[in-house]
Amino acid sequence: MMAADKFENIVGPRAPQEELAAHRMRYIWPTLCMAGAAILIIISIFLPYWSLVLHAPQYPQGLVVNAYVNHLEGDVSEIDGLNHYIGMRPLGEAAHLERSISIFAISALALVVLAAVFIHSPWSALLALPAILLPPVFLADLYFWLSNFGQNLDPKAALSNAVKPFTPTILGEGIIGQFKTVAYADFGLLLASAASILILVGLYLQRRAYKPLRDKKSAE
Amino acid sequence: MKRNILILVVLTILIVAGCSLVPQQPQGPAAPSGGGDEGAAVPAGSGLSADAAAIAQARGLSPDDVTAALKTYMPTGVHDDYLIFASGGHSGQMLVIGAPSMRLLKVIGVFTPEPWQGWGYGAGNEVLDEGNIDGREVRWADTHHPALSETGGDYDGQFVFINDKANSRVATIDLRDFETKQIVKNPVAINDHGATMVTPNTEYVIEGGQYAAPLGWEYAALDDYNTTYRGLVTFWKFDREAGRLDPANSFAIELPPYWQDLCDAGKLVSEGWVFCNSFNAERATGGIEDGNPPFEAGASQGDTDFMHLINLVKAEEVYKAGNFNTVNDFPVISLQTAIDENILYLTPEPKSPHGVDVTPDGEFLVVSGKLDPHVTVYSFDKMMATIEAKKWDTDDYGIPILALDDVKEAQVEVGLGPLHTQFDNQGYAYTSLFLDSAVARWSLGGSFSDLHPEEPWQLVSKISVHYNIGHLLTAEGDTVSPDGQYLVAMNKWAIDRFQHVGPLLPQNFQLIDIANTGDNMQLLYDMPIGIGEPHYAQMIKADKLSPWDVYPEIGWDPSTQSVSPNAVHPGEEKVVRNGKEVEVFMTAVRSHFTPEHVEIKQGDHVTWHITNIERAYDATHGFSIPGYNINLSIEPGEYISFEFDADQPGVFSYYCTEFCSALHLEMTGYLLIEPGPDSSAMIQK
Repeated sequence: MMAADKFENIVGPRAPQEELAAHRMRYIWPTLCMAGAAILIIISIFLPYWSLVLHAPQYPQGLVVNAYVNHLEGDVSEIDGLNHYIGMRPLGEAAHLERSISIFAISALALVVLAAVFIHSPWSALLALPAILLPPVFLADLYFWLSNFGQNLDPKAALSNAVKPFTPTILGEGIIGQFKTVAYADFGLLLASAASILILVGLYLQRRAYKPLRDKKSAE
Repeated sequence: MKRNILILVVLTILIVAGCSLVPQQPQGPAAPSGGGDEGAAVPAGSGLSADAAAIAQARGLSPDDVTAALKTYMPTGVHDDYLIFASGGHSGQMLVIGAPSMRLLKVIGVFTPEPWQGWGYGAGNEVLDEGNIDGREVRWADTHHPALSETGGDYDGQFVFINDKANSRVATIDLRDFETKQIVKNPVAINDHGATMVTPNTEYVIEGGQYAAPLGWEYAALDDYNTTYRGLVTFWKFDREAGRLDPANSFAIELPPYWQDLCDAGKLVSEGWVFCNSFNAERATGGIEDGNPPFEAGASQGDTDFMHLINLVKAEEVYKAGNFNTVNDFPVISLQTAIDENILYLTPEPKSPHGVDVTPDGEFLVVSGKLDPHVTVYSFDKMMATIEAKKWDTDDYGIPILALDDVKEAQVEVGLGPLHTQFDNQGYAYTSLFLDSAVARWSLGGSFSDLHPEEPWQLVSKISVHYNIGHLLTAEGDTVSPDGQYLVAMNKWAIDRFQHVGPLLPQNFQLIDIANTGDNMQLLYDMPIGIGEPHYAQMIKADKLSPWDVYPEIGWDPSTQSVSPNAVHPGEEKVVRNGKEVEVFMTAVRSHFTPEHVEIKQGDHVTWHITNIERAYDATHGFSIPGYNINLSIEPGEYISFEFDADQPGVFSYYCTEFCSALHLEMTGYLLIEPGPDSSAMIQK
């Protein structure tokens, strides 16, 4: 009996039929927001999260690297080739673990957001928390790897005297040698950020819809 | 339903809002560094700025000079509209020139070694060897006529062919990488001239002969000229898929010893026919030293020579039916078979002609007699009607001769020494006038009459060129749809046009604006050619080409246009010894070769594989081994292999011969060849 009560507490109340009929949209909005967020997160997997453009006179088209959650695209080999002069490791050596689990992990947290739709209690916020934190966690991890690579240059590299260890700019403009760099959050990260906001809105709407029902129940 | 729509709307708003948050990204190519400023252009119709006028005055430039400069000047980073593929004359190479700027873009190594491209210095040696004659290395060529590949009678920008008149050879160049892929030596003829021309879909590359000789490079006395000496036209089958001429499906036709000259393929209505002129129907055999008329007089005695009409469709049938002889294992349809099977006809053409050119609609053929001030225009319809009516005489060999009056459409008096003709999009033809040193513009008739205001078949205007013009070309001027716009006069003499550079002068390509109708052609630019005497060139719209920026994949072998099984990838570099056979597997990338030490022994036979693993546009590396006559150009992604006998011991610094990077000088390595008993010494022991 105790276990069943606990389960009911976690899952939260269901809206009675007459209440649903009277205020249908109140109960649908939270679902829409959370489901929409889950879809945005899934879409984001197929888009670059972060991009870096390098400009130098001899590269009139610029050099671009697009970071997806599980791989890099763009002029990676050329950038690696240039980086070897300053003793930076190839970009492909970064974030092995993160890249290998990213698709599974992000899909899972999107599914958990969907599950949160059916949890009408404060527990739903806990379920949605990983998805909400995806953008900041991505940026933090990116910062970790960029500084790890930038601070650990091979002292025997050809240009090690010319370029001191540095932390590349994570968002915005920077300068390395003759290169001007422009780093920016790309579509994937923007979708994930939009999803975070949607989830927060959804959680608020969910609370607004179900809290009266919960209060009513506990009053009983 | 209403809910679903609502969901969609919400999602759309969110996504659009998300996208609008994206920071401004750099779009397309970044602004060029330095230069390329717009907005300084003088508005159309306004006079020159005070500065420009002062410069023009100080330099003594006329208003025409200024407009010529404005029509040809290309600001930095701006590309030409057209590419000219020009024969490199005696250089044995092909020139690539941008128009209208007339900037030389490239000299493609073809028949002759070309060090910058490594052509013949470790790369392309197999192709150059295909041009050997009976085992003898022939490393020069008298390149004459380039021919761009065609589809539907129009340039398709995929391949270009060129011949070597001196040695009767034809080369194929792939325009994906602008590299020569093949040289074929004609097994039957020792020299050619009417090459190269292509049929409208490049089914065949035509190689017409020149000086009659016994077929198959045999010996025969000149007394037997009429019976033993023969002319020839060869049809090389082109395998577009393989990007090679296919000798196994090619054939030749024996022709009378009339010294065939230039050929042109019929197109549209005349597709399936090939036309070649000739200039020694007299069959003069020279011998000035014996008191005979020299060739120049002997070959000019008759009032007419013969245009050859060749039914290629019929000839192909006869060849496929196996109705041919073989000479040096090459199929040759005999002259008698050509007559019996209605493959070959003749028709007179005025005095020692040079060039036969088919109009864009395929209906007319233009022939210029060098010693006759007219161009003679033949009607293909009339030719076919005359053949249909079986109305002909025959020559000494029994070849049908169609009477000139039966097939002639018009004659136009254009000036002295007319040679070659090309066409534009306004119903005009342009004929080079060697003796007048001029280009004649004249009006075409037939379906072209409505395109120009003048009466048909009339001289419209002339423009002087400097000097002694040979061929001329107009933009896509020998296709079914010429562009007009530009004409280039290919002048043999420059005399006073350029700064003196000693008694051997450059040739002079003169660019002429032909965009306006009537008497309104303008000379724009003189381009000196200091490498040989180009004969002919073709001009193609640049956007028809789609060359590779870099080779498609790392380890690409340009000789097969595929990834080599011996391609070397990073981390797989090694030196493998098998007895005296040593194989080096090397990579090149800015700014090092791997390996940097190669230690071998005197007497080793070395096969060296090298791959440029770069993917960056223009990141070419060179590779040279001093003393061993090795130099390569290895473009991004390219794989090259070469072999040599390590007969000279010592220490050799191999290094990158293209300034590739800031640390280019450091891109080097040591080849250490340890002295040892060489193989001959071993045998003596």
